[in-house]
Amino acid sequence: MKLAVLGAGAVGRAVVDLAAEYGHTVTAVADSGSAVVDGDGVDSEAVLARKRDEGVVGDGDPAHALSADYDVLVEATPTTLGDAEPGFGHVRGALETDRHVVLANKGPVAERYDDVRALADESAGSLRFEATVGGAIPVLATVEGVGPSRVNAARGVLNGTANFVLSRMAAEGLEYEHVLAEAQDLGVAEADPTFDVDGTDAALKCAILANVLHDGGYSLADVDVDGITSIPPSALDLAAEEGRTVRLVGEVTADGVRVGPRLVPEHGTLAVTGTTNIVQLETEHAGRLNLSGQGAGGAATASAVLADVDRLP
Amino acid sequence: MSEPANRTHTLRLELVDEPGELLRALAPIAENGGNLLSIFHERGSLTPRGRIPVEVDLECPPKQFEDVVGALRDAGVTVIAADAEHYGEAVTVLLVGDLVASDLSGVLASVEECGAASVVDFTLTDEPGVDDEASARLRLAVEAGGAGDALATVRDVAAEKDLHVVEPLVGDA
Ligand SMILES: NC(=O)c1ccc[n+]([C@@H]2O[C@H](COP(=O)([O-])OP(=O)(O)OC[C@H]3O[C@@H](n4cnc5c(N)ncnc54)[C@H](OP(=O)(O)O)[C@@H]3O)[C@@H](O)[C@H]2O)c1
Repeated sequence: MKLAVLGAGAVGRAVVDLAAEYGHTVTAVADSGSAVVDGDGVDSEAVLARKRDEGVVGDGDPAHALSADYDVLVEATPTTLGDAEPGFGHVRGALETDRHVVLANKGPVAERYDDVRALADESAGSLRFEATVGGAIPVLATVEGVGPSRVNAARGVLNGTANFVLSRMAAEGLEYEHVLAEAQDLGVAEADPTFDVDGTDAALKCAILANVLHDGGYSLADVDVDGITSIPPSALDLAAEEGRTVRLVGEVTADGVRVGPRLVPEHGTLAVTGTTNIVQLETEHAGRLNLSGQGAGGAATASAVLADVDRLP
Repeated sequence: MSEPANRTHTLRLELVDEPGELLRALAPIAENGGNLLSIFHERGSLTPRGRIPVEVDLECPPKQFEDVVGALRDAGVTVIAADAEHYGEAVTVLLVGDLVASDLSGVLASVEECGAASVVDFTLTDEPGVDDEASARLRLAVEAGGAGDALATVRDVAAEKDLHVVEPLVGDA
């Protein structure tokens, strides 16, 4: 398939890098200020080198990427709240011209799911967004396999940064700020980790899961969100005395969607450590399914994007 | 149909240390067809909240036992545990914030007042170096199936007092 990759950050670049290995051709790449388009396939190595050295992917206008010749739009621009732009506009552009869309960007499916769904229903192209929930972990594919109506609830640890911080705090008895600074030094946390630690990122993923399980109707505003910024080491000590620990857990149930710090058994399934993510699905006939792995990272997320491309009709 | 056979049940109550409290607690039992077998009144030992634990054995038809427990709760008596099958869940929650300023004992009292839970234990820890912050761990006894209500109460009380709650995840393996 021919891919147009919008966004040349960690995810977009990894998609460009790995596409050929999956048997696909990248015909367009854009970042915020430039684009490269070639109907026969761009020179991936050259594009990545230019991005690294000059900060641009080519000499074209970013808008040219959308009008290029491609079968699948890979949307990997920044996740934004509210109108979910520029991602939403890209999705619309591709679906209105009957092209497929694969999202890494959470915004369109977390904030405007029903709009996106309506566009997809009108389009000959289809929409997939495995990478938006749990990075490399095939959460949505599993839900699809089980059947969304046979999944009664989903819960999990969906933010690696918050999990790294909580597990380090508990293990070392260190303050929140200290561990967060360490996470930033290690490149685990972004320069601005607000959405990770205040629960927004996990809440977006939960809204997406709720949309899939309940066939739409959810956005961030429907999620009850609390973060981990006010958890002191003493709270983790009190939890540990009872064989428990605290994790930032997202829950999607018939009662609603919520994200917040929760007490879990210290050695329980959900108490994953470091940046690992985990999702538990409560199924109607198959009991509980636990899926864990890398929830973020360029190559890991790109692997979910490319798996989606392979699932397209 | 023959009368259902009587069964022996055990109730664990928590009473305020005041004259007449014990009688007040026993009345609903008799009124609802319970036959008192024994009362163990541990006068010396107090619960963390300064209350007196009392254990009551009684017999009654199985179906009536729920009425007895309900009547006790209606009468404002704290039922910590009612038989093995009624023991329900012990639920642990953490509270974080300015617990001193927010009047922790008032928080505990509000939680108990709602009737869904009783506080069986709590532990308070200061956050070293941070004056206005502390963490507390509360262990609540709730009726089977009552954890949701009890936690909702804790959430409401905490929100009122500007405290953070870390709730248990119900159903995690
Ligand atoms: N990183 C992960 O592990 C991960 C996992 C799951 C999902 N996601 C989601 O995937 C998306 C990409 O993540 P990332 O980590 O690669 O983000 P990133 O490093 O911030 O990269 C975003 C890219 O989008 C480009 N961009 C911004 N506005 C654009 C526009 N109007 N048109 C075209 N390109 C535009 C940026 O251009 P410049 O380079 O010019 O700034 C940048 O190259 C985000 O929505 C993120 O939430 C990421």
